[in-house]
Amino acid sequence: MNVRLLVCLILFPVWAMAQGFAGLGSDAEGFAQTQPLPQFVFPKDHGPHPAYRIEWWYLTANLTGPDGTQYGLQWTLFRSALAPGDGEGWSTPQIWFGHAAVTTAQDHHVAERFARGGIGQAGVRVDPFEAWIDDWQMAGPDLDDLTLRASGAEFAYDMRLQAKGPLVFHGEGGYSIKSDAGQASYYYSQPFYTISGTLSLPQGDVAVSGHAWLDREWSSQPLADDQSGWDWFSLSFQTGEKLMGFRLRQANGNPFTSGTWIAPDGQTTNLPDGSFVATPLETNRVAGRNLPTRWRVTVPELRVDVTVTALNPRAWMAVSLPYWEGPVNARGSHVGQGYLEMTGYE
Amino acid sequence: MTAAALSALLSHWLRNPVQAFTLVAGLALATALWSGVQAVNLEARASYDAAAATLGEGQFDQLVAASGETLPQASFIALRRAGWLVSPVLEGRLRAGEARIRIVGIDPLTAPMVLSAQARGATGDLAPFLSGTIGLATPDTVARLGDTVQLRLIADAGIAPGTLLTDIGAAQRLLGQTERISRLILAPEQPIDRLPLKDVAADLLLKPMQQATDMGRLTDSFHLNLTAFGLLSFTVGIFIVHGAIGLAFEQRRSMVRTLRALGLPLRRLVLLMAVEVLVFALVAGGLGVMLGYGVAAALLPDVAATLEGLYGAQVNGSLQLRPVWWLSGLGMALVGAGLAAGGALWRIARMSLLASAQPRAWAMQARQARPVKATIATMLLTAAAGLVVWGKGLILAFVLLACLLLGAALALPLILDTVLAGAVRRARGVLAGWFWADTRQQLPGLSLALMALLLAMAANVGVSTMVSSFRLTFVAFLDQRLASELYVTARNAQDSAALQDFLVPRAKAVLPLLSIETQISGLPTALYGARIGPTYTQNWRFLASDTDVWSRVAQGEAVILNEQLARRSGLWLGARVQIAPGVDLPVAGVVGDYGNPIGQAIIAESLFRRLHPEVITLRFGLRSDDPDALRSALIEDYGLPASQIINQSDIKALSLRVFERTFTVTGALNVLTLAVAGFAILMSLLTLAALRVPQLAPAWALGLTRRDLGRLEILRAVLLALLTALLALPLGLALAWVLLAIVNVQAFGWRLPMYLFPIDYIRLFLLALMAAGLAALWPAWRLARIPPAALLKVFANER
Repeated sequence: MNVRLLVCLILFPVWAMAQGFAGLGSDAEGFAQTQPLPQFVFPKDHGPHPAYRIEWWYLTANLTGPDGTQYGLQWTLFRSALAPGDGEGWSTPQIWFGHAAVTTAQDHHVAERFARGGIGQAGVRVDPFEAWIDDWQMAGPDLDDLTLRASGAEFAYDMRLQAKGPLVFHGEGGYSIKSDAGQASYYYSQPFYTISGTLSLPQGDVAVSGHAWLDREWSSQPLADDQSGWDWFSLSFQTGEKLMGFRLRQANGNPFTSGTWIAPDGQTTNLPDGSFVATPLETNRVAGRNLPTRWRVTVPELRVDVTVTALNPRAWMAVSLPYWEGPVNARGSHVGQGYLEMTGYE
Repeated sequence: MTAAALSALLSHWLRNPVQAFTLVAGLALATALWSGVQAVNLEARASYDAAAATLGEGQFDQLVAASGETLPQASFIALRRAGWLVSPVLEGRLRAGEARIRIVGIDPLTAPMVLSAQARGATGDLAPFLSGTIGLATPDTVARLGDTVQLRLIADAGIAPGTLLTDIGAAQRLLGQTERISRLILAPEQPIDRLPLKDVAADLLLKPMQQATDMGRLTDSFHLNLTAFGLLSFTVGIFIVHGAIGLAFEQRRSMVRTLRALGLPLRRLVLLMAVEVLVFALVAGGLGVMLGYGVAAALLPDVAATLEGLYGAQVNGSLQLRPVWWLSGLGMALVGAGLAAGGALWRIARMSLLASAQPRAWAMQARQARPVKATIATMLLTAAAGLVVWGKGLILAFVLLACLLLGAALALPLILDTVLAGAVRRARGVLAGWFWADTRQQLPGLSLALMALLLAMAANVGVSTMVSSFRLTFVAFLDQRLASELYVTARNAQDSAALQDFLVPRAKAVLPLLSIETQISGLPTALYGARIGPTYTQNWRFLASDTDVWSRVAQGEAVILNEQLARRSGLWLGARVQIAPGVDLPVAGVVGDYGNPIGQAIIAESLFRRLHPEVITLRFGLRSDDPDALRSALIEDYGLPASQIINQSDIKALSLRVFERTFTVTGALNVLTLAVAGFAILMSLLTLAALRVPQLAPAWALGLTRRDLGRLEILRAVLLALLTALLALPLGLALAWVLLAIVNVQAFGWRLPMYLFPIDYIRLFLLALMAAGLAALWPAWRLARIPPAALLKVFANER
């Protein structure tokens, strides 16, 4: 999924105000709008869509060290436009920012970067594929074969990824609805990466391997103004099946939920509002907030009923607009690993 | 009882409104001058902080091009992509009418938080700034810019003065520097595993933050000077207050006795009197702070000019009210009132219940205290002499000044008394005898005012001697140093070579001005490479030099240092100086350098080029017999823009203008202290006038008319002022010597020769006499109009 739109919105508060009215203001500003039944063209659509307001290349990975220690890794590049279209040099309205993190059961290392498009400091090219900001880079001949690098003041990583399955389209063929009011985004994933490489941590270098999940999403329509935040799950089970689900917490009434059940061969089942259910079981005091770090996730019609527990409840992303993002373990009807993201908790 | 006591105490002030006025006005003036100076200091410091926040100066390491030129934007991208967290800054100047505004372009997305916070402005929204359509500046700068730039200007008092902060893209556009940047700021926290600097950008130099100029440190000495001036004015003001409070307390001795006899406990009485002083202090302090605001607002433009002239520091030209300043002003008023009233309260507390109230005890006591005062004065002056020999450092230099001035002030009444005693002995005739004796009798009452006059005059003589000496030295220095007739600047490296080819056959000499900023003995220093020839050998005067200094320097065997560097590093002739890693040379000469806060070292051009091959010469000094023809050839035949050529005479005129502006503030402060001293005399005479009626009545009864008495009153004031002025002259010259030979060396690293300016001193003399005469005019006029009945009453009341 995910509805990580809010991250961008709060970075530029004037926007957030302009969009308080259920996205009504957005059309007037000239951004392109998402339409049902999208026709994606690859590799072009792996690249940026400057006519849309926001976009991301969002990679999370569950990794294991030689001694069985679990690690989590995040690499994200956001594009956020102050106005539609591109421009020359510094005058471009396209702003880029990156978040990188490495999580262990004890530690959570975070770094953040900002850049302006148009000057070469950050961007995405499709053939060959390269997404970069500063020295952080996700690049390869195509999206199925990538190297991944990032570094911060206390960590760095250098990884190799290979896709072992097809792209997966969420919602209606990649058109993912976010609310009853009709807000939507284009959303597809590559959840079938194998990943291996080296993590550089304060304790030393570790060789790791595991699986990774890439999300691609872009839109101009933010959340409905009564949606305060979201909880997003991506789970990979030992059976080879995968589950993506999110719930948008709404001021009035039940959360709006959506999800995708992914078979080992990449066949998808769309989970409409209400069929994906996530219930907090236990909260932790993190960064001055009460955050649910243990959940019960069920999809009754597929007989999924698992308990999802954070590897490190303190996986707090202390960036300009902070949120929680970290690796999780699932136990119950299915067993597996994945990632959890939680935003909008005050 | 308390209420009755209060009303009794207060009635004194109602009966003596002039005394009340003196007390309040003296304290208010003292507070005003002190807090005015402090407001100016605070404003300047706030401006340095704003400059540091806008420009990142002194806070972050920086990367600059080794050649001293701008660097390509591509270097910024290359460094970022190699993992270096750097942020680009483009700086330049733009002419806006009369003013030159500094344009600073930053990229708030990569800049460290303190810098990008300014770009966010009040709304916290970065989008308008990033769009490159807005500029932020102080309200003054916005007004000066007018519509010079195509940006929406937003007033923001937190921006460095004289600076327009805008997005780097907009700055590149305004300055015509497409894809160029001036320097890169390094974020304090860098990621691990980034590539070494030499692999990414070998032509960049890392400048550690300490080396970047720190305005606060550089200008400390100047602010200490201002503070000293403020303290001097405060001291003069406290003299006035001490006089007024002392008089009021003495006059109320009988009232105190009566109140105590009526049963008021001593403790409560002292408490009430302390509260009374406190109320006076608060009222006067409040008035003083308000007045101080006016003083500061009037002084600030001059101070701003001074700081820019001396240090190149930009200071905001408009004043902001700061709570810390309000409180410190009130605090000083309380401390001052406490100092002035402490002794008097102590005496009241110790006074025995039955002691008769002695009406003239206050004046008589001065005579008793003479040995004590003489001892203190001697001690202070001895301490001053000791500090001249052994004192080190700027603070001690100011302590020396304080000892000298206070010692002399305490000695003044003793000296005057001795002189007047001599006059009494030599006086012929009854009238003269009475006049001298009466003058001597009045001395204790006037001595505080005369001390104030002494201090004000001495400060005046001292400071004006220093400034004028400095000016003479500075003019001579400009003549030596600005020997080249024309100064030209090439546009870039290619232009530099072509320009030299063009100039060599046309000019008598082409002198490249090669320099690089470096550190010598840990001090920021500009290292110069000189093409040694007659321009240098014939014009430069050394403060100290070996015999063959120029030939040794020309052969690369020696170095010349400027005085600041030589003094601060303690390196004098013969000492060896490391000018580059592995290269050390002996000092062959030390030159005066009065335009420049930092160190300077001069070596031969050939040696400089060997040490710093990357530095490109962009500026040249040209010798020519016909500079006008050369100038027009450069413009018409070579095509150099006229703005790249400066005449020697233009630079001299500009330098002198900067110099004059620099010292306007001292002139203003001088006038203020003199005015305070005049006020002190007026107030002393007014308070004495009432007391003196019993002494004047017999003289009147013996046949002197009231008009005669009034005339003698003026004559006496002028005479005392004259005696004081005569003593102020040597004191002022001593002060000038301390300023030139000690304070300046500590503050700027210059020891200046002292010149004397007799005409200035005579003018000051006349001014002081006139001030004293004017101050005596009103009391004298009142005396001439005093009703005979008042004089007669003296005899009626005689017991």
